[in-house]
Amino acid sequence: MSESTPTAADTRRLAEEARARVRFEEEALELSDQVYRVARRFVGSREEAEDLVQQTYERAFRSWRQYTPGTNLRAWLLRILTNLNIDRGRRQQRSPQTTSLDTDAGDYLLYNTLEAQGDNVDEEQVVERLSQDSIVEALAEVPHDFRDVLVLVDIGDFAYADAAQILDIPIGTVMSRLHRGRRILKKNLADTVVT
Amino acid sequence: MIDWCEKCEEMMQPFLDGSLSAAEVKEAERHLETCSWCAKRYRFEERLRHYVRIATSEPMSPELKAKLAALRTPLQ
Repeated sequence: MSESTPTAADTRRLAEEARARVRFEEEALELSDQVYRVARRFVGSREEAEDLVQQTYERAFRSWRQYTPGTNLRAWLLRILTNLNIDRGRRQQRSPQTTSLDTDAGDYLLYNTLEAQGDNVDEEQVVERLSQDSIVEALAEVPHDFRDVLVLVDIGDFAYADAAQILDIPIGTVMSRLHRGRRILKKNLADTVVT
Repeated sequence: MIDWCEKCEEMMQPFLDGSLSAAEVKEAERHLETCSWCAKRYRFEERLRHYVRIATSEPMSPELKAKLAALRTPLQ
């Protein structure tokens, strides 16, 4: 029994495939900072985010042939990450719903609250009264469904259509969750200012 | 009678996202030109979005970066 000798065409095909794979891996690694930035806000701790990103890249490098060159690689990676995150059972770990879902206060609530805290409010500077920690905490308290959209669009800079594809929800749902998510975030921030 | 400030508040997010129709943008801009109360709140929202993005950005550790690079397929 003998293995047939690879033909020149086989060798060429293998070389082309190897080059395509290298290119894919390089492009995916270039996006890792952006992927991590989103992952970090999807989950509660740095360790979880690091695990999630590592698993995402392991799976992406294994299934690289499923990626269509020329399409949005960042969205493709985030889709893997979202599926892994769901597999990890994070849907069961619901964040507290509390009063956060009360979004009737409107979009001006936070500014009105900050303005009421001091005189001569400069809208350019008033935002700096919010500490970095209070923003991180207020975002973490936004319920998952709303936070995922908020993180993808406002932090990850994804278009509505990409966020819809990544989360596998209709674009209209992306828009309504984004609208509500931003209001919940501002309500949470206003609460930190008042208490 | 329309409460223009209330309407302007409803339009703020889609206005800043660029998802309003041209006619709606014109309507909002007309109100913002004459209403400093709403204009302040629009400027604040823009600044807040930028600030949230910066405040929540945490750089990836060099260790993780190295681990990801190590996942690459070795060159033959």
